[in-house]
Amino acid sequence: MADRHDEARPDESSHSETKSGTTKSGTRFTRRGFLKGAGAGAVTAAVAPAILVSEAGTAAAQEAEGVMSATITLDVNGRAHNVEVEARTTLADALRDRLEITGPKVVCDRGECGACTVEMDGKLVFSCMTLAMDAQGRKIETVEGMADGDNLHPIQEAFVEKDALMCGFCTPGFLMSSKSLLDANDNPTPDEVREGLSGNICRCGTYPHVFEAVMSAAEKMRKGG
Amino acid sequence: MQNFSYVNATSIEQVPSLLGRSWDDAVVMAGGTDLVGEMKDYAAVPKRVVNLKSIEGLDYIRQDDAGLRVGALTTLTDVLGHGAVSQDYPVLHQAVSVIASPQIRNMATLAGNILQRPRCWYYRSEDFPCLKKGGARCYAVGGVNTYHAIFGSGPSYIVHPSDAAPALMALGATVNIHGPRGGNEVAMDDFFTMPEMNIRRENILRPNEIVTEIAIPKPEANSRGMFLKVRERESIDFALVSLAAQMTVVNGTCERASLVLGGVAPIPWRAVEAEDYLRGRRITEARAESAAEAAVEDAAPMPHNGYKVQIAKNLVKQAVQALAS
Repeated sequence: MADRHDEARPDESSHSETKSGTTKSGTRFTRRGFLKGAGAGAVTAAVAPAILVSEAGTAAAQEAEGVMSATITLDVNGRAHNVEVEARTTLADALRDRLEITGPKVVCDRGECGACTVEMDGKLVFSCMTLAMDAQGRKIETVEGMADGDNLHPIQEAFVEKDALMCGFCTPGFLMSSKSLLDANDNPTPDEVREGLSGNICRCGTYPHVFEAVMSAAEKMRKGG
Repeated sequence: MQNFSYVNATSIEQVPSLLGRSWDDAVVMAGGTDLVGEMKDYAAVPKRVVNLKSIEGLDYIRQDDAGLRVGALTTLTDVLGHGAVSQDYPVLHQAVSVIASPQIRNMATLAGNILQRPRCWYYRSEDFPCLKKGGARCYAVGGVNTYHAIFGSGPSYIVHPSDAAPALMALGATVNIHGPRGGNEVAMDDFFTMPEMNIRRENILRPNEIVTEIAIPKPEANSRGMFLKVRERESIDFALVSLAAQMTVVNGTCERASLVLGGVAPIPWRAVEAEDYLRGRRITEARAESAAEAAVEDAAPMPHNGYKVQIAKNLVKQAVQALAS
């Protein structure tokens, strides 16, 4: 059995954005920014052993040994981000803890609840069960990419109109699943909507309103709105 | 999750040498939907994970007169969307359609689905060093065994969680394995192993072998198949009991029946007694019931899972009647 206490924390390494130099925490004092700063002291010591990738000299031997950490580029909502991750870092953790893209939520962390749902190369996946390294070179879409500036996506508008959320924690996942469903089928039956959203759980139980919102959004989108 | 070294394999031939002699050294990953969960639960703590997704040409469904060949990287979504699968292999199509959720089916592979590790709550909990993890006992014995096996005599009472495996077995599929000495093909019926044979694993794969392909023979033209699954929740849930059935019925008489139960034993459980009973018999309601009785003849339920016996009987009766009508 592994000893949990010996491990490096998974969420502590640097990240940078290639297009914009400013991080969202910026100079403002935020809870997230504070937590990041507070953890920084432990970073160097914790990550150092993981960087001992291979003692073998040749590139081929290194390839066979594999990597325990690497700097990768993630394409999220059309924007490239460089981020250092460990092999075990999930896409959900990379997005949330390093890139501060917090639309995808980590709830069950086992691929059962759907709150972490994102699109990868146009396919709906659980970001909590995807390794960040496997997301390299793929197009990742999160709920942050749905609206066009201040204009909500028709599905988001329908969620507001139909009161399709209570606590709202599952909503980003439901929105991604709804979008993926309607992108593939703009005229679904109620059963197809239920099947398309079957990987998402709402603990408040607002499913009827969610289904109503998706049907209403589908109608609106078919009319070009 | 403990960190590991991540290796991108570039060819099937290379994989055995990247893997080790022990499951603790290295494991392979395709979709990762089972393995990542296992690693999060410390049920698997490999030093190295060998990524198969970096191998070109393993994502395919090939169709010829003999049947289908499905590559190791083919996702469940691709199996579901293949015209021949829905047309000629309804038992497989129905099984895959009720696996998990769209997100999982987009990630998970057919080969990975049959290689899933147990969902037993003791196995998946860090707090229970059970037999499957090299420990001394099966905690389902004397514990809460609601979701455990009703067939087999231990010493582990896990159930095989796959929906696809019973369907593939009912169709007489074979598994292509690649290891250090090359490839070989094994019938699904000979692929899975009971705990008394191999307590740590559920199949014959060695730590340095991988499944490269699943070959599914085309069912006889006059045979029909169906998959039934009973679960507590109507979406994204494992089977309490499932049944894959493929039957050839001519003028009301059963020529051949292939019946494989899921969720009831440490391996997909072929209901041999029911198959033998049905062969050559004219199907009536009473005989469907007798077949159901035969299917559970050897059942030995635990204190909390007796309900599975009745579900198994109901499914066998229902499928036999439906496929004969």
